[in-house]
Formats: sequence, C-alpha cells, structure tokens
Amino acid sequence: MSRYAAMFERLRGRGEGAFGAFAMLGDPDLGASAALLDALVAGGADMIEVGIPFSDPVADGPVIQAAAQRALDAGVRVAHCFDLIAALRARHSAVPIGILTYANIVVARGGFMRDAAEAGADSLLIADVPALEAGPFTRDMDEAGIEPVLIAAPNTPDAALARIATLSKAYTYCVSRTGITGTHAGGTFDRSLIERLAAAGAPPPIFGFGISRPEHVRAALESGAAGVVCGSAIVDLASRGESVVNLVHLLKMATIRDKGRNDSGAQ
Amino acid sequence: MRLSGRFGRFGGCYVPEILVPALEQLESAFLDAQDDPAFAAELEDLLANYAGRPTPLTRCRNLPGTIYLKREDLLHGGAHKTNQVLGQALLARRMGKRRLIAETGAGQHGVATAIAGALLGFETVVYMGAEDVERQQLNVFRMELMGATVVRVEGGGRTLKDAINEALRDWSASFETTHYLLGTAAGPHPFPTMVREFQRVIGREARAQILAQLGRLPDAVVACVGGGSNAIGLFADFLDDDVRLVGVEAAGKGLDGGRHGATLMRGTPGILHGAETYVLQDADGQVADSWSVSAGLDYPAVGPEHAHLKDSGRAEYVGATDAEALAAFQALAQSEGILCAFESAHALAHALKLAEAEPDRAILVGLSGRGDKDVAQAQALLA
Repeated sequence: MSRYAAMFERLRGRGEGAFGAFAMLGDPDLGASAALLDALVAGGADMIEVGIPFSDPVADGPVIQAAAQRALDAGVRVAHCFDLIAALRARHSAVPIGILTYANIVVARGGFMRDAAEAGADSLLIADVPALEAGPFTRDMDEAGIEPVLIAAPNTPDAALARIATLSKAYTYCVSRTGITGTHAGGTFDRSLIERLAAAGAPPPIFGFGISRPEHVRAALESGAAGVVCGSAIVDLASRGESVVNLVHLLKMATIRDKGRNDSGAQ
Repeated sequence: MRLSGRFGRFGGCYVPEILVPALEQLESAFLDAQDDPAFAAELEDLLANYAGRPTPLTRCRNLPGTIYLKREDLLHGGAHKTNQVLGQALLARRMGKRRLIAETGAGQHGVATAIAGALLGFETVVYMGAEDVERQQLNVFRMELMGATVVRVEGGGRTLKDAINEALRDWSASFETTHYLLGTAAGPHPFPTMVREFQRVIGREARAQILAQLGRLPDAVVACVGGGSNAIGLFADFLDDDVRLVGVEAAGKGLDGGRHGATLMRGTPGILHGAETYVLQDADGQVADSWSVSAGLDYPAVGPEHAHLKDSGRAEYVGATDAEALAAFQALAQSEGILCAFESAHALAHALKLAEAEPDRAILVGLSGRGDKDVAQAQALLA
C-alpha cells in the first residue's frame, strides 16, 4: 500500500481529515529549509508537499513566487532539492512526500521521475500540465513508481474530470476559483466539485488554495474534501523568521472533527 | 480542443488546469469566426479604413542589392501588432468579454491593445516589466492617453517574460470577464495558430505586391524574430514557394557571451508560457534572462511554429548583433529616409549581408515597425 493510501486509511479510522503542509525547497537556504521540513512534521502534518523552485511560476501568487526566488537566489539547484527530500525521507519513513513543480523543471532533467522516486518522494504535481497534456508525464511517473497528482478546478468540465480521475493516483488537488496560490480565497470551497470528482471515481480530493485558518480547514472538510494543503500561510510565517509549529498544529487540530470546535474559541 | 495545437513536436497547451476552459472557448470562438463572413468583413473594414491596410511595398532606391521593404511601420500604431490586436479584440467582443489584458515589452503591443480598447470600448490593463516602464516612458504615456492602465511588474528580471507571467496570473482569476490579448505567435494553443492567421495578411499582401512590382517571387524573405509574430505572418504565404525564409534573432552583444535573445540559435527545447518550444535556460530548466538592444526581441522563448520550421529545415535562423542592427538602422535612415524600429533593423542588417554576398538576388524584408520609440535610445547609443 502506498504511503498516501496508508495515511488516508489511518485518518479515516480516526475521523480526521488529512493536513498537508507545503514548503519551498531551499527557501531561504538549504539548512533552514531542512529545519522547516522537520518543523512541519513536528507540528503534526500528515503529508508534506515540497516545491522545487522554478524561475517562472505562473500558478503561484506573490508569497510562493518570493519563496522560489529566495531559493534560486541562494543558488539552490534541482539536485539539492532531491538531497533535501532524501534526507527528509531518511528522518521520517512514513510521511507521504509530494513534489510540486513546473513542466520545464521536469523535462529539463532526464530521469526526473526516477530521481524523485529514488529520493523517496511519493507523488508529483506539475502545475502547468493540465489533463489534456498529462499522458506522457503520468506514464513516466507510473513507470518510476511516483503517483501522479492532477489539479481539478470548479470550471473543469466533466470530460476532463474523468481524465483527471483516471490519471491521478495519490489524491486530487482541488483549487478554488481564484486561480493562483495565496491566502486570499479563504473559506470558499466548491462542494459540487467534490461531488463531481466522487462521481468520476477520482482519488481523495484535497483543497490546495486559500487555507490559512482553522475555519478554512473545517469549511473545506465540510464541503466533502478528504483534506487540505496549506502553503502560503506557512511560507509567509517562516519567511518572517517565526516558528511554524504552532500554526501547523492549530490547522491540523482543525481536521479532527470533534476537537476542532473547541479550538476555534482558543484563537 | 478541436485542433491539435502542435507544430511537429512543438506547441501544445501547458497551462494550469483552470485556464484550459478559457483557451477552449477562445479556440472555439476563433474557429467559428473564421467561418463567419460578417466577422471577416468587420475586420477587413477596420484594417483598411482604420489601420491603413494594405501597407506599401517599397523598393529601396539607394541601399545595395535589390531590397524590398514590407512597410508595417506605416500601419496605425506604428507596427504590425495592430493587425492581430484588432482580430483578437473582435473575438473578445464576440465572446462577451468586457476587459482586455496584455503584456508588453517595448510597449508596441501595449499601445496596440490600448488602441483597440479605446476604439471598441474595453477596459484595458497592460502588464509591463518595471525595467521596461522606465526605459519606455513615452509608450507608457501613450497607453495612458488612450485610457489603458499600465501595471508595473516587479517580479523576476522585471521585463517581458515577467509581464507575461503576471498577465497569466491575472487571467487565471479573471477569464470569465477578461480576454488575455497575447501579443505574439507564442504561448499556449490556440494563440500561435490564431496570431499567425491574423498576421498572415502581411505575407499575403507582400506576395501579391512583389509579383506585381518585380514580376516574380523574391529569392529570400527576411524578418526579425522575438516571439515571432511578424515573421510567421510574413512567412505563412511563402511556405509552399521555392523561397528562402530567414528569421533574424537578436545576437545582442554576441552569441557566445550569454547577453542575447537568440533562442532558436542558442536555446534548447523546453516548456515556457504554455508551449513546448526552444528556451534559453540553464541545465536545471531555470529560464535565463535574455538581452537585446531592442525590447521587442528581448524574450527567452519563441513561437513554437518557428521551432518546428527550424527543426524541419524549412526556415533558417540567424543572428544580428546590437551593433549590426544599429548600423542598419542608420543606413536605412540615411539612404532611404526611413526610421525603422530596432527590431526591424535586425532583419535589415541580415538582408544587407545577403545583398552584399549575392547582389542579384531579390530580398523581401519585413519592416515590422517604425523607429520613433527608439530615437531617444539611438541618440544615447550614437552619442
């Protein structure tokens, strides 16, 4: 059983949603980045999503753009990113690790999928490869033992959702209507997208945009999602030199259906 | 999608999933409009009676060899950009969009979009790298005079590539009301095909004009290539002829120093701004900052059809340096009384080399734009 499948099964048994925490690899440098990844695990993240920085991240808002730029300015190379993933995997054997990056980074490196698998990553999402171009990429991922993650949006037609459902393995990354990453969209989660994905037989839906507060987590889970990923809020906090452990813990607690109610009063 | 959007291995539609429906809508509107005589009639009327088509074909009187200039510099707006901007703006209206967004480098495409926005009643927002805003104050003011809002882009190298990134981000959130009026024959399908079809008028006219004036086809057709819209528009009707097609890239300070925009000559296949094409990049796939004296050729990717024409061998791609372009800019001014854009001067620079080697050959040059925007820079460079 894959690490994602094991995680979803475990969380279902406990009545919890999955909490994914995102960090940009190499931001602001390699040492701080490794420490941040550990903090995400320490805070209680169920799955770790890591960005490999790209010079032209068109699907990202200002916070993630700045994180990628800091990493590139620090001289971080793709090989360093695989080293960080391998080291994270060595320290944490069970946590699912997903890579988020862009097509040019993948095609520039012969054997990207194989290197990702060898480093210990479990999944790969390529932000600028939609379902209609995904075939050759997901074939390579399937061969290398990396689970593809595709994006589904509220405006994605049913025919494309069916293809996304077929090609995605680890989970389905659901986005809000606003299009790019960031914290601005908090709280609006499209229940009909979740229902259409379920009808198409897609892997578990995870909301990936607009998660920065416990009420966003609860709203996302109430819409029927299996979990959430928080990116910009974590990256923003870390960029100001603050610990992210409490934020990760707070958001993770909100995935626990009963306990979540108590937490909202504590904010 | 109804068309493949591929040119050999190049092209495609590499965009975030959320933008795919917007591109499908655009492809559909474009294909439907192609079959609609009323659309063609309105576009032709605008091109003839508003923008000034057909543009002349001018035989140079004093430059060496036999050089013909296709005078897109005389088009309203000052460059070939207006041809396809009017086409896309009519499509935007057909799709019920109320707002236009565009990217611009030197400002020519931004000015053309501002023109169409003012004429056809769109709210218009132009993304422009902060570096380019500072270099091209006059064009910023021209856009603002016509009612467009110019947004300074501070990310990355603060030039054209970053302006495209920002326009794509805007569009990801705004496509229901907004058309992204991409300025060149690059980007995701259907832009490369659609922009070529709207620019095809350049080559169609030039082919008929040179047949009328010279009595035969030219031996070579030469155009500058940044994103490649004027070149693909000029080449399109010559693809099946026995005519050399030559695209001229910005060799900048020289091809070996890394300060150039010669994507087809020095780039490698990759994926940028929605298309598989040649890209200036490092071994990791990080996109390099290009460089050229002409902002319109200062772009680290290129339209995917040019990538295919290069690999298939149907067209050849060469470079002209900043210095060669500046010399051609001066030669045209002194010999023919024409101030051309620095971009177009790259094409002319190569044509002059061809004319010197083989003076009997007839060369058709795409003079894509006029040089008013470059006069201040020329003054500084020639001082």
